[in-house]
Amino acid sequence: MKYIAGNYDVAVIGAGHAGIEAALASARLGVKTVIFTINMDAVGNCPCNPSIGGTAKGHLVREIDALGGEMGKTADKAILQMRMLNLGKGPAVHSLRGQIDRRKYQDIMKHKLELTENLELRQAEIVSVEKTEDGFILESRTHAQYITKKVIIATGTYLGGRIFIGDVSYEGGPDGMFAATELTKSLVNLGLPLRRFKTGTPARVLRSSIDFSDLEAQQGDEPPQHFSFETEGDLENKVVCHISWTNENTKKVILDNIHLSPLYSGMIEGVGPRYCPSLEDKIMRFKDKERHQLFIEPCGLDTEEMYLQGMSSSLPEGVQSAFYKTIKGLENAVIMRPAYAIEYDCVDPTSMKATLEFKDIKGLYGAGQFNGSSGYEEAAAQGLVAGINAARAVKGDNEFILERSGSYIGTLIDDLVTKGSNEPYRMMTSRSEYRLLLRQDNADERLTPSGYDIGLISEERWQKYLKKTELKAKELKRLKSTTLSPTEELNNILVSRETSPVASGVTLYDLLKRPQLSYKDLAEVDKDRPELEPIIIEQLQTEIKYEGYISKQKDRIEQVRRMSEKKLPEDIDYREIAGLRLEAQEKLNKIKPLSIDQASRISGVSPADISVLIIWLSSKKGGK
Amino acid sequence: MRESTIAAISTPQGAGGIAVIRISGDKAIEVADRVFVSFSGKKLVDLEGYRALYGNIVFEDEILDECVALVFRAPKSFTGENVVELCCHGGNLVTKLVLRAVLSSGAEAAEAGEFTRRAFLNGKMNIAEAESIMNLISAQSKSALRAANNVRRGAVSKKIYALCERLEFTAAHLSAWADFPEEDIPEVNEENLRKTLTETLAELDFLMKNYDAGKAITQGVPTAILGKPNVGKSTLMNLLSGFDKSIVTDIPGTTRDVVEETVVLGEIILRLSDTAGIRDTDNVVEKIGVDRAKEKISESQLLLAVFDSSNELDDEDKKIIEEIGDTPAVAVINKSDLESKIDTAFIESHFEQVVYISAKLGSGKDELISAVTKATGSENFSASAVLLAGERQRAAAENARDCVSSAISALDMGFSLDAVTIDIENALYKLYELVGKNVSEEIVDKVFHTFCVGK
Repeated sequence: MKYIAGNYDVAVIGAGHAGIEAALASARLGVKTVIFTINMDAVGNCPCNPSIGGTAKGHLVREIDALGGEMGKTADKAILQMRMLNLGKGPAVHSLRGQIDRRKYQDIMKHKLELTENLELRQAEIVSVEKTEDGFILESRTHAQYITKKVIIATGTYLGGRIFIGDVSYEGGPDGMFAATELTKSLVNLGLPLRRFKTGTPARVLRSSIDFSDLEAQQGDEPPQHFSFETEGDLENKVVCHISWTNENTKKVILDNIHLSPLYSGMIEGVGPRYCPSLEDKIMRFKDKERHQLFIEPCGLDTEEMYLQGMSSSLPEGVQSAFYKTIKGLENAVIMRPAYAIEYDCVDPTSMKATLEFKDIKGLYGAGQFNGSSGYEEAAAQGLVAGINAARAVKGDNEFILERSGSYIGTLIDDLVTKGSNEPYRMMTSRSEYRLLLRQDNADERLTPSGYDIGLISEERWQKYLKKTELKAKELKRLKSTTLSPTEELNNILVSRETSPVASGVTLYDLLKRPQLSYKDLAEVDKDRPELEPIIIEQLQTEIKYEGYISKQKDRIEQVRRMSEKKLPEDIDYREIAGLRLEAQEKLNKIKPLSIDQASRISGVSPADISVLIIWLSSKKGGK
Repeated sequence: MRESTIAAISTPQGAGGIAVIRISGDKAIEVADRVFVSFSGKKLVDLEGYRALYGNIVFEDEILDECVALVFRAPKSFTGENVVELCCHGGNLVTKLVLRAVLSSGAEAAEAGEFTRRAFLNGKMNIAEAESIMNLISAQSKSALRAANNVRRGAVSKKIYALCERLEFTAAHLSAWADFPEEDIPEVNEENLRKTLTETLAELDFLMKNYDAGKAITQGVPTAILGKPNVGKSTLMNLLSGFDKSIVTDIPGTTRDVVEETVVLGEIILRLSDTAGIRDTDNVVEKIGVDRAKEKISESQLLLAVFDSSNELDDEDKKIIEEIGDTPAVAVINKSDLESKIDTAFIESHFEQVVYISAKLGSGKDELISAVTKATGSENFSASAVLLAGERQRAAAENARDCVSSAISALDMGFSLDAVTIDIENALYKLYELVGKNVSEEIVDKVFHTFCVGK
C-alpha cells in the first residue's frame, strides 16, 4: 500500500561520499533534507581502498574542507597513518594521503548525519523518480512516497550494479550489498543519457597469513599533518604499511588464465579506468614490465583485514588465490574477501550544468560515480557542490559555480560537464593548468571566503581564518623589511646549503627566493621571528620561491578570464551559425557552453570553430 | 553569419596569357550561370564538383570572351564554399569587363585576402597556412617565394609539431611521475630532460634567427637615407632605382597610408619611406637636420648614411653619425671619383659597412648589394630551411623559447620539477598557438586584422 512518508526540500538518493556531503550542505543551509541509503550499515562506506586523499585527491579533500564540507574532518578523526606524497617533487604536487579506519570513518559520518538539524537519514531503496509540476515524487521499494522540490542522485556503483569474479556474475552492489535494480528504468524514462562503467577492487587478506619479515615497511610522516583546517591538536600514526612486488611467476599465472577474465572474454561491456587498472590489465598492456608494486594496508584497528593496493582483479577466485600466493610475503595468504569487478549505470555528465543540475530537468542533480567520476574524494566534491546548489535553488539564491582557475573542484566539474569522460574520471594534478596556484596548502585562502559567504563556515572558524591571513601578511611584510648583514654566520649557512654567500646586506625575503634555502635554515640568523603555524610558513615559503611562476599563472588566468567573459547565450541554435562544422554544431548544441572559454575546451570544437564563434559574437554585439 | 558571394580577379593584373576570375559563396554557381553560356547548352548548376564547361561570357547581349568555367562544390574547394573559376583570355580590359559582369550579376567584390579568410574560417587551413598564403601573394623575390611556398606546404607546422611531440612526451612523463607515485614510474632523467630542452631551445632560436635574417628578403626592411643636403642622396636614389624600376607600389594590407617606395636590391627589399622628405633640402639648419635624422632612425631598421668624400666631415655629419646608435647602417661615400678629403678612418670606425659610389663612373652597385645584405643579416638566411610566416608566428616562437629557457634556468637554479613542468606546458601552449591548435583572443584579433574580418 502506497503512503506519503514525508515532504522535503531536497532529497538525496545514496549515502556514500557524494550523498553525505550533498545532504549535510543542504541541511546546513537550512532547507529540509532527506538522505536515503539502501542499507543503514553502508553509510559512508569505503568499499575500495581504506584511505582518503592521494595525488590531487588530497587537494580535493582540503578544498572540500575549506568550503565547509565534512570529509577532511572525519578522515582526521579516523586516521591511522598520514603521509604527504611527492615531497621533493615540488609544492604544486604535494598531496596528503591518509590511511583510515574505515569502520570508524563510517560510524562518525553516519552519526554526523543523524545529529544534523534539518536532516533525516532513512533506509530505503528508491525505485522511481517522478517529475511533478513543481518538484518530484520519489517512491521506495516498500511503497513509501516522498514529495520533494529537488533531487540529488548519488547512487555510486549501486545503480544497476553487477559483480564479476571470473566466469561468475550476478546482480550486486559493492561489498556484498544488494544493487539498486529498479531506479535505472525510471531515470531512462526521465530522458537521462545512461551508460555502463566498470571499476574493481582487490582482495582483502588475513593479516596473520602475511609474512611481513622481508617486506619494506612504510611509516607515516612525523608529525602527521591534518586534512582539515579545523582539526586542532596532533594526530597520531597508528599503523605501518608494507610494500611488495609481483614477479615472473605472478605474470605467468595471470597470462595462463587470462581467457578466464570477464574483461578479456567480453562479458564486461562497461568502460573501466585506465589509471586504476586490474593487475591483469597492467600485465597485458605493459608486457615488458617485469614487476608491479603493491601496498599492503590495514583496513582498521579492530580488524585483521588487509587491503592489497594495486592488485585489483576480476579473475576467478581460484586464479586470484594462486597469483596472490606468488607474491613475496603472501605465499600463505588467506583471502577473506575476493577481488571483484563491478559494472554500474551512470550518466553522461555533459547533460549537466556546472551546478550539477541536469540541463533538461530542472531540480534534478547528480553527483559522484553516477556522474562518471571515480574515487571517494571526487564524489564528495561533487556532492558538496550539488548540495549547495540544490539548497540555494530552494531558497531562490543564485547558482554557485566554482571557477576552473580557482580550484580542483572547479576543474573536475568543468571537465565533466564540458568534456565528458569515456572512462571513470579521476582527478590528477596534471589536469589543472593552474596547479602552482591551486595548492593543497592554500585551499583555505582560495575557498574559505566563498564557504563563509554561502554559510557553511562557522563564525568561529572565519575569525580563525582572518587571524591566520593577518599573521601571514604581517610575516611577509617582516620578511621583506628585515635585512641581514653579510656575517660569517649567515654565509656559513648559505655555503652549507650549497648556495652562494652574500657580500652585502640582504633581506630575508630575497634569501628565501633561493630554492636551496628554507625558512627553517635561517632560524639562527633570524632571531626575531614570531611563532607561527607550520602551514603559514609553508605557504609563505612557496609563494616567495615560486613568485615568478605564480605571477605567470595569474597572467594566464587573466587571459582566460577575458575569453570567459565572452558569454554565449543559452538559447542559440548553433545550426544557424554558418561556418561552424557539423560536428561542432552538434557538440555546441549538446553542451550549450556558457562562454567562449568553455566552448574552446569541448572536444570536437576546433580553433577555427572558435574563431567563427568569436566573430559571430562580435558581429552580433555590433548590431549587425 | 551567412556569407555573401564574392568575386575577384585571382591572377596578377597585367597582360598575361590567361586570367582567372574566382567566384565564391553559396550562390557562386548561380551567379556564374548568369554570365556564362556554354556551347553545349548545359548549365553550371547541373554540374558536379570538379567539372568544367566551355563557352562564352555574355553580358548585356554582348560576348565578352571565350572561357572555361570550372565548378567546385562545397566543401571541396579552396574556400570550402561553392566556387566557380572563369578562365578567360588575359588582358586588362577584358578581364575587368568580365569581373564587372559578375559583380553586376549578384556577386560582391572580394576584400584583399578574403578568399583565404574564408578558407581559414571553413577549416580548410590552419592559421599558419593562411598566413603563408598571404606571404605567397605578396612575395616579391625568388627567395621570398621559395620560403613562402615552403610554409605553404606545411613545413612550419611539421617542424613545430615535431618540437611539440618531444615536449609532450617529456611533460607526460613528468606528470605521470608526479600523479602516480605508487606506480614506481621511473624518475625523469635530468640529463635527458636538459638535453631535450636545450635542443628545443636551439631549434626555436634557429627559427627566429632565420626569420629575422630573411625579413629583409621576404618582407622588406624599412630604410631611411640620411645625409646633409647635396652630399649625393639623389645619386644614391638614382643608383637604387636603377636596380628594378617596376616595383614602385603602395603595399596592400598595411594600415599605414604612407606610400612607400620599394626597391629590390639583389634579393633584398628596401622600403624607402617618405623619400620626398629626404629630397627636400631647403634651408636646413643644423638642429633641424639632426632632429629629422633622429626621427628617421627611430622609424627605420636600416640606414643608408650618405657622405660627400670631396668635403671634410663637419659637425652636422658627426651628429648624424652619433645618432645612428645600434640601428644597422651602411655608410655610402659619394663622389669617389674626386679627390678624397673626407676622414675615411673616422667613418670606418663608426660603420661596419662602408661603400664608395660614383655617379659619374656608375660604380658601387655590387658593393652596395653586398653591404646591405651584410648589414641586414640576410647573408645568413636560408631560404630552404623552415621559415616562420609573419610577426605573429615569430612572437609565438619567441614566447615558447622564453618558456623553454625558463625551464632550463629553473633546472639550473635547483627548482623542483613541478615548476619545470609548468614551463614546458607553457611552451607547448605557445607552440600550439603558433600552429593554430589553440585559439586565444589575441590570435583571433590578429585574424581579424589580417583578413579584414567583420566587414
